[in-house]
Amino acid sequence: MSTKSLSARNNELSNPQKQLEYLSEGLFADGELPTFKHKLEKEDDFPLQPKPLEILQINLGYMCNQVCSHCHVDAGPDRKEIMTVETMQHCLEAIKKTGAHTLDLTGGAPEMNPNFRWFVEEASKAGIKDFIVRSNLTIIVANKKYYDLPEFFKKHNVHVVSSLPFYKREKTDKQRGEGVFDKSIQALQMLNAVGYGKEGSGLKLDLVYNPSGAFLPKDQDAMESDFKTALKEDFDIDFNSLFAITNLPISRFLEYLIASENYEDYMYELVNAYNPAAVQNVMCRNTLSVSWDGWLYDCDFNQMLELKVNSSVKHISNYDEDAIQNRNIIISQHCYGCTAGAGSSCQGTVA
Amino acid sequence: MSKPYYDPSDLRKFGEITEWSEELGKKFFDYYGSVFEEGALSAREKSLIALAVAHVVKCPYCIDAYTKDGLERGITKEEMMEAVHAGAAIESGATLVHGVQMMNKYKKLSM
Repeated sequence: MSTKSLSARNNELSNPQKQLEYLSEGLFADGELPTFKHKLEKEDDFPLQPKPLEILQINLGYMCNQVCSHCHVDAGPDRKEIMTVETMQHCLEAIKKTGAHTLDLTGGAPEMNPNFRWFVEEASKAGIKDFIVRSNLTIIVANKKYYDLPEFFKKHNVHVVSSLPFYKREKTDKQRGEGVFDKSIQALQMLNAVGYGKEGSGLKLDLVYNPSGAFLPKDQDAMESDFKTALKEDFDIDFNSLFAITNLPISRFLEYLIASENYEDYMYELVNAYNPAAVQNVMCRNTLSVSWDGWLYDCDFNQMLELKVNSSVKHISNYDEDAIQNRNIIISQHCYGCTAGAGSSCQGTVA
Repeated sequence: MSKPYYDPSDLRKFGEITEWSEELGKKFFDYYGSVFEEGALSAREKSLIALAVAHVVKCPYCIDAYTKDGLERGITKEEMMEAVHAGAAIESGATLVHGVQMMNKYKKLSM
């Protein structure tokens, strides 16, 4: 596993244009597989349009203490893109006006943004009741200054959504780096200790499972029950729900698919598992993604592909929800990742 | 170089067998789908049985399919290998139990 981002390695795939080209060539150009647009048209779902906005997902920066092999953000310690206070202030203005009920903070490791806590506090004052922080867990034990994060989360009743690719050390470390599993377990125990994931505490702790390889997640409920049994028995850990998330063929996961000669099979699998019912609830329809530098996107994946919203308003500094809601969602072949099987979103399955 | 008899990408075309015999093909795939649903045995248990049988009948397509199915279900590599051994043990047992026939014949023919 590489310990550097595609960007730091000057890999061709760090260029989103190259990724989009790759996703439109080959199988899809010669008609062997239908394009995502074609699939939507067949079901009369094209163009894809938003439903009422529920979640504002803000990416606080691409800096991360981990370099996971599947990361669609291409995040890592070598990424310096971080949201400034000025952009945060634009976000706060938008939060005051938005109809969205949930603020979903992601990264990178959002906690590494030096103004993370200030932003959560201000957003709380601005009226946000439902906070999600997507934590990679290991950040909590990475440095003394983060040790009190569980208390901070608790104070603001933050809903913590944490990645843990598997309940066994080997698979977790292979995907996320040596030692990640043990640190994640330690962080989960710290979260449990302040009440997270415990019945009756009202403090929600959900885990994210994503496959450590070129295969799709199957049966979120069965997987949740396996995770619960194993984590309880082995480490006395409690959590609320497990979200099974499909890896989308972009960025570092795309690099892996190509290098391991799994790309074609994976795309076949995604296309064959296309589920029209999942299309009705894909997250781009109720979520808006804001990048570290304030640009607006249909989802975090389109953000990484630099596909800004198809709207007259493209930046948080002149946020106008009516204008933004009246748009067509930008699609490409990576979208098959969200419509396969039971569907996939940042909240797990959707169908 | 000659083409191999088995092409991994042929597995994707499995469904096409229905085109040349629609009724039988459809019946087979309906049956196949039902077999692997949750029942008295869990889908997970059936996946491991399928993996073991795949090895015994030495079907490369089935081995590919049920290794992936196992990964999708979170089945560990240790569980998968034990399933392969269970299949192998039955298969070698089936050979060895014929040793009794050999012993019987030997004894019958010997003074």
